[in-house]
Amino acid sequence: MAKGAKIAIGGEGGQGVQSVANILSEAAYEEGFEALYIPNFGVEQRGGVSVAYVQIAEGSIGSPKFKIADIVVALSDRAVYRTKKYVGPQTIFVYDANIKGVEEALPKNAGKVLAIPAIKVAKEELHPRVFNVVIMGAVIGATQVVSLEKAKAALEAKLGYKFEQDPSLRELNYKALERGVELVQGLI
Amino acid sequence: MTDKPIQGEQKVFMTGNEAVAWAALAAGAQIMYGYPITPQNEIMHYWTRLAPKFGRKFLQTEDEISAGFTTVGGVLAGVKTFTASAGPGNTLMQEPMSMAEMMRLPTVMVVTQRGGPSTATVIYSQQEVTMTCFGGNGEGFRIVYSTSGQQDLFDYTIKAFNTAWKYRFPTFVLGDGYQSKMREPFIIYDPELKGIEMIKAEPYMGNPGTPGIDRDPAHLRNTYNMEDELLEAVRQIGAAYEKIAPEVVEYEQFETVDAEVLLVAHGVVSRAAQGAVKVLRQQGYKVGHFRPITLRPFPGAELKAVADKARHILVIESSYGQFKKLVTDEIYGCATPLLPYLKPGEGITVEEIVAEAKKLF
Amino acid sequence: MSIQPQMPAVWRTETKPHKFCPGCGHPLVLKALGEAIAELGIQDKVMFGCDIGCSLLAWDFFNLDTVQTHHGRTTPIMVGIKRAKPEAITIAYMGDGGGYAIGSQHLVNAAMRNDKVTVVLVNNIQYGMTGGQMAPTTLPGQKTETSPYGRDVEATGYPAQGPEMVAAITPEGAYVARGTVANVRQLKRFIKKALENQLEGRGFSFVEALSLCPTNWATNAKETWRLVEEEMPKFFKVGELKVPGEKKEG
Repeated sequence: MAKGAKIAIGGEGGQGVQSVANILSEAAYEEGFEALYIPNFGVEQRGGVSVAYVQIAEGSIGSPKFKIADIVVALSDRAVYRTKKYVGPQTIFVYDANIKGVEEALPKNAGKVLAIPAIKVAKEELHPRVFNVVIMGAVIGATQVVSLEKAKAALEAKLGYKFEQDPSLRELNYKALERGVELVQGLI
Repeated sequence: MTDKPIQGEQKVFMTGNEAVAWAALAAGAQIMYGYPITPQNEIMHYWTRLAPKFGRKFLQTEDEISAGFTTVGGVLAGVKTFTASAGPGNTLMQEPMSMAEMMRLPTVMVVTQRGGPSTATVIYSQQEVTMTCFGGNGEGFRIVYSTSGQQDLFDYTIKAFNTAWKYRFPTFVLGDGYQSKMREPFIIYDPELKGIEMIKAEPYMGNPGTPGIDRDPAHLRNTYNMEDELLEAVRQIGAAYEKIAPEVVEYEQFETVDAEVLLVAHGVVSRAAQGAVKVLRQQGYKVGHFRPITLRPFPGAELKAVADKARHILVIESSYGQFKKLVTDEIYGCATPLLPYLKPGEGITVEEIVAEAKKLF
Repeated sequence: MSIQPQMPAVWRTETKPHKFCPGCGHPLVLKALGEAIAELGIQDKVMFGCDIGCSLLAWDFFNLDTVQTHHGRTTPIMVGIKRAKPEAITIAYMGDGGGYAIGSQHLVNAAMRNDKVTVVLVNNIQYGMTGGQMAPTTLPGQKTETSPYGRDVEATGYPAQGPEMVAAITPEGAYVARGTVANVRQLKRFIKKALENQLEGRGFSFVEALSLCPTNWATNAKETWRLVEEEMPKFFKVGELKVPGEKKEG
């Protein structure tokens, strides 16, 4: 289990960036870590790039935002541009393999750049809507910052009311999580 | 009789705005008046959902001028009342708050600082320090707590009610948009179980008995006829304020005893300063941090004592020098060179402070 | 290449796509406003002011001189411009909060003075940009972020009847109407008449537009239109309330 992580996630409004960040930080909190999650937002109610910052640590967390992340996740082309500034020589930069036209824009100074086919896997094996849970799995797989068990518990806490209505959703989400972990571990 | 909103104590993972709503409930606030402005809206959202369960009340007013004056009204009626605002809303609040200052009314206001001046951003800053401490046409006879995170927001919102009603000065909880919107773990509790003395509210108007017959009528004003009347009135308020200052003032120090470079910061920036001290000390640098918790009254004497012994002072804030002005005023006479690190409207990280401090060695 | 819809001449293409939510009523009102300005040929005379809230997203919408102001203060700013430069056609664009809550005292006073400004007020029965709090025009029983159990008319009154109030307090020469995004052609006619009122120097002009906010109403397309076409008109009567020169009996 890693000692902590600074995670920046960016995507289009509606892709579930804040949900993923919220669930991740909740999981870390349940795991007994110090966790701090903060969303980034402008004035518009909808649209625009959505960015979330999650910090997980054993000791106290200094400031809600950070300069350099341990892992950056970009879920859209605009998000690639927006989140590049958080990349340093040790940073793992994860982006969805489905994003086109960003090859030139990818950070050249990152520790690792990983293309995860989360959207593809979600569409073909699971359901398009859980692609952000696949991404969450990838983040957990890459950082090992929370246990899969606690991540599932946090998913349950947040989405339990939906699982009640349709228990198959639970399986779907858990599977998405596990697939995400697998996808990233294949690449690291 | 409705139950206590918080039984015992509980570890939670909440946003700052939610923390404020729970703290106000726990403190026994009876009514909140407010108007929508980001980033404090959720204080109202949580309050309106929870309040009816505990017999508390709410009104969304037509604007912040009204929210401030209705809060003044609630307090005059002898009821624990609070409001919250930010940015341009805080600007409007200055008129009612100046009345509270003149008449020594125990209003409680939570300020969730956002960018300024004017509309700026809805996100964050430390640019409402001057206004919250010295706003309106006042003399700063206010109590201002600058919080650095959720636990502070919870603790000091409860304390604000007690401080306000005990000492009778408008009291402010100065947070910011980061604290409002971020989520982190902290503990909520029933203050009475912690042995916290909960001060009762008393009416200024509407006491039992017929005025003029059973008792003197309450004749409250904030107007004076002649200059000498005003001079006397303001001197009295000033004297009362200075008398209670030592009881109210709060601050924290981190490794300041042998510090060569002294970091001075408040609010959420203090967390980054604390983190920076840890990192720098590990690397062998003698750095310390002084954190004023009350910006009004300011722990000036205590800061000066520490500042005198350092080789450099680094004042760090997310504003263009509002906090620095307070500091330099309070430590006047201190010969230690002072450098500012000013980032109006933007957050400050541990790494930045570490880099700035190292430059001074 | 897809066929682009016909937009009024004042439409600034460089700032499109605009930032309003999908399904928002503002672009419909702004289109009507833009067409009225284009048809009257007053693009070079217009001074356009927008308030705080979603109306502020119109700050770079048009090829018009625009100022984004403070919440509720658009009316007095446009009054200030008009009195300094009477040949300007000043338009104050705001929401229900900017007009009937924080801006109400300014609206009332401009109306009483019969200031020759045109106020276009977009009424979507809640505060959009700040996340859906109750507004003066929120319907009875309507759930909003600050009336989570439904608007209690005992405690907070009934939905504000803005045009009715303005019609009652304005002197002769004012033009007051209420249109709806459910009838953009009629809305445009009302706005055009309002602007003509200012052009002719007759007096204050005010048009409220019933509008949509599916984002904060949390309604799908069908329910959104039902709200604006069937529910809202029960409380807000669509039509002209005051037309200069029309003598009423009694």
